Amino acid sequence: MSTRTGTRRFYAVALLVSLLVAGVASYYASSHPDGLEYVAEQTGFLDSAEDSATADSPLADYQTSGVDDPRVSGGVAGVVGVVVMLVLSTGLFWLIRRREPRDREARDAGS
Amino acid sequence: MHVPDGFLDAPTSVATGVVAAAAVAVSLRGARRELDDRTAPMAGLVATFVFAAQMINFPVGAGTSGHLMGGALAAVLAGPWTAVLCLSVVLLVQALLMADGGITALGTNITLIGIVTVVVGWGVFVLLRRVLPARTSLVAPAAAVGALVSVPVAALVFTGLFAVGGTAPVDLGAVATAMLGWHTVIGIGEAVVTGLVVASVVASRPDMVHGARPLLAERELETRAVAAS
Repeated sequence: MSTRTGTRRFYAVALLVSLLVAGVASYYASSHPDGLEYVAEQTGFLDSAEDSATADSPLADYQTSGVDDPRVSGGVAGVVGVVVMLVLSTGLFWLIRRREPRDREARDAGS
Repeated sequence: MHVPDGFLDAPTSVATGVVAAAAVAVSLRGARRELDDRTAPMAGLVATFVFAAQMINFPVGAGTSGHLMGGALAAVLAGPWTAVLCLSVVLLVQALLMADGGITALGTNITLIGIVTVVVGWGVFVLLRRVLPARTSLVAPAAAVGALVSVPVAALVFTGLFAVGGTAPVDLGAVATAMLGWHTVIGIGEAVVTGLVVASVVASRPDMVHGARPLLAERELETRAVAAS
């Protein structure tokens, strides 16, 4: 198992990929309406959509309010989103995880 | 497929809200079996990656686009119960922070993107794992097929909800045909992304892939049996 990627390295790469996807690559995403929006327009029910109550959020529509450069505006929104996601989801999963002596032994043995 | 506020009437939104709340409650219990000191950080990264990947809309022709939903991906990487929670956190953050997907539609979006795609994606994956040879190299293709099927099914479930609680009087047959057609194409993108991501995790850390663990355990046993003989 010498070729196996180390755990820290694996996590770091995964986080870096998420940051790059949300913070950089997202700028190049298609701006066409998504499947549902497109179908709603074609079949005539798009007008029934209402603005979200959070439409005034500083990060609404993945753009940072007050930042003019679209690349930076979208990039900041993406990076903030990734950080919020990481904290919320990892926090939740850490909180509800199973805590058995078996796990602790395995972890101690592995470190 | 983020549903905005207004597409579905209040009773339907309340109903999907109840379904979503129940699924999250059950998943909070179920996920305990999937999460420990080792797998909890991975699950957090899976949810984070799904959020990031959902920002990438890919064109699917005729001026429309699609993005990863991630139910099958999260289920294969982190386990199905955890996947429901991953997608629920993603949809909550998107609705509150990014105004992506309505607030009253949050239950609908959790139902479609957080429950339907996970149940279908994981169900197809487990079925394939059962009939295919027990090789870790087949985990990614099986995940891709689960992803492929999950998207049009979610589109059909939306159409069903729209038939019950749609606020605009439009031809349901046309909605069903268009939803199914476009989301079958989007499903191909879902399959490609899911297959590539699962394949790269299987290649670097197969032990991090929830859906690959039974196969790894089998291999371990075989290795020990051979070593002992």
